[in-house]
Amino acid sequence: MSLTQLRPAAHHRAEPPKTPSKAKQWLYRFDIKTVPYALIAPFFILFGVFGLFPIIFNGVVALRNWRLDDPTLTGWAGFGNFTKLLSDEDFWNALGNTFGIFILSTVPQLIAALIIANLLNRKLRATTWWRIGVLLPYLTPVVASTLVFAVFFSRDYGLANWFLSLVGFGQDDPLDWRAAKWSSWIAIATMVNWKWIGYNALLYLSAMQTIPKDVYEAAAVDGAGPWRQLWRITVPMIQPVVVFTVILSTIGGLQLFNEPMMFDENPQSASGGSDHQFQTIAQLIYKVGWKDLNLGYAAAMSWALFLIILIVAGVNALLTKRIGGDR
Amino acid sequence: MSTHRFALRAPQDTPGTWKTYTGLVLIMLLSAFPVYWMFVIATSTDEAVTKMPPSIIPGNQLMVNLNEVFTLQDVYFTASLINSFITATTITLATLFFCSLAGFAFAKLRFRGRNALMVVVILTLTVPNQLGVVALYIVMGKLQWNGTLLAVIAPGLVSAFGVFYMRQFIAHAVPDELVESARIDGALTLRVYWNIVLPAIRPALAVLGLLTFVMAWNDFQWPLITLNGTEFPTSMVALSDLASGNYVIYRRVLAGAFVATVPLIILLLIGGRQLVRGIMEGAVKS
Repeated sequence: MSLTQLRPAAHHRAEPPKTPSKAKQWLYRFDIKTVPYALIAPFFILFGVFGLFPIIFNGVVALRNWRLDDPTLTGWAGFGNFTKLLSDEDFWNALGNTFGIFILSTVPQLIAALIIANLLNRKLRATTWWRIGVLLPYLTPVVASTLVFAVFFSRDYGLANWFLSLVGFGQDDPLDWRAAKWSSWIAIATMVNWKWIGYNALLYLSAMQTIPKDVYEAAAVDGAGPWRQLWRITVPMIQPVVVFTVILSTIGGLQLFNEPMMFDENPQSASGGSDHQFQTIAQLIYKVGWKDLNLGYAAAMSWALFLIILIVAGVNALLTKRIGGDR
Repeated sequence: MSTHRFALRAPQDTPGTWKTYTGLVLIMLLSAFPVYWMFVIATSTDEAVTKMPPSIIPGNQLMVNLNEVFTLQDVYFTASLINSFITATTITLATLFFCSLAGFAFAKLRFRGRNALMVVVILTLTVPNQLGVVALYIVMGKLQWNGTLLAVIAPGLVSAFGVFYMRQFIAHAVPDELVESARIDGALTLRVYWNIVLPAIRPALAVLGLLTFVMAWNDFQWPLITLNGTEFPTSMVALSDLASGNYVIYRRVLAGAFVATVPLIILLLIGGRQLVRGIMEGAVKS
């Protein structure tokens, strides 16, 4: 039909009028029209099957009875799984734990990252090595590092209690970090902070280096010292990246799984402590799905968590914008 | 006042003072301490671990502890390291290949629906796919892949972030004229990809490869769900096995943890520069 249009007439006019063979023409046409789709197809097929479809299908599973131990019990459950959620004490407990740990880990994490980025944002010797150094926690497997922290926070032989005893706390009755909500949350938040501070510091540092230098020169005339420089100039100028890191930590923090799992005395139980004092939602989903074998209910929980993440990420983004934008 | 001396310069032109360096050294110590402590316990005896105050220098029991870890029944530690290498390497190579192909198409080829499809890629970036694990488990069940490495590898073969990152990089690193002139010479799309695009994007491949390998190696939740209790755990699943049970032997657990961390420390030493650059570039673009 339109084969003649595709022939690159302009470029070939100088050459002897040798019409490309039918096969060649077909090949070029195929290359222009079809190959681009073939290049993006692997991504869309694989992502569709193993990424997108499960998330949508999760919605179907959430509305059904779906148990691993009783395959005969099927059929629609309607919103049964969701209404069960509302009165499920384990869920509300896990929600509280998740938020508690989230706040204890996000706020210090981002402030420390700012301060470290500010330290790195100097003319330094061996610039790159400092930056590589702060990335070590980011690379270390959480499963491995949490096991070290579990020893660090252990009741009888832990370094944390040893430090406390040096300043006069708990010499006779050492603190059992896993036992109470507040202490287990602090221990877990410490692990999260350790892992992510350096990574966020690098994000802030890269934003800091795009700030025009004359902004600082103007401020220096007004007599702003380094500390005021950081809070009055640098932070407002890198606000978009701050919002970005707040959203990232919200998405990651509310799905926290590895740290509370491995901090448990018996990780495979997924109970989050003897009284679920540090069981997070992601952990509860795992327990409901693969210990209680109730996949339908676990799917409903996943959707609830998804909604919560959306709302909290939106609110946090707005809050961060307000805080940075009032100057 | 000392503050005034530097205030006329932007921070990045201000030389670090002794305070800056003291702060940085402190941060390095905090950063490295847990990994160092892992090594100390991995090399110690039970007595050294339970001593108060704890000994902060490594012992000489590393080989003894490692031997125990590797010969433990039901943990499959040796196999788990091999499994982790297989999964992480396959995932990394596939991600680099598929994402650079798609990134090239989005950056340099013209086809109907290009912009709309790119929007789809960007939207999928924001979806936390951890939330689909329940349904993913059912899908893998239908395929009868649960409990095999295939179940871990398949969802990792592509990533929306990889496509996005490659598209951004190729758009800048490969000049349109170069692609045009190769086409006029009669080169087909795949030849352009192979001869022009691939050589130009080596730095981006290094960055994406490192990030992908680290993520695949450290992945825990999904491998735990699909591989737990089988004879084919990844090293993270094997570690959680090692740490479970009524009586946990710290020196043994941390010897295992240290072994599973060493490959990443080596990666950091070899590719740290690229990783730092990749993370910092990613921040500016997003």
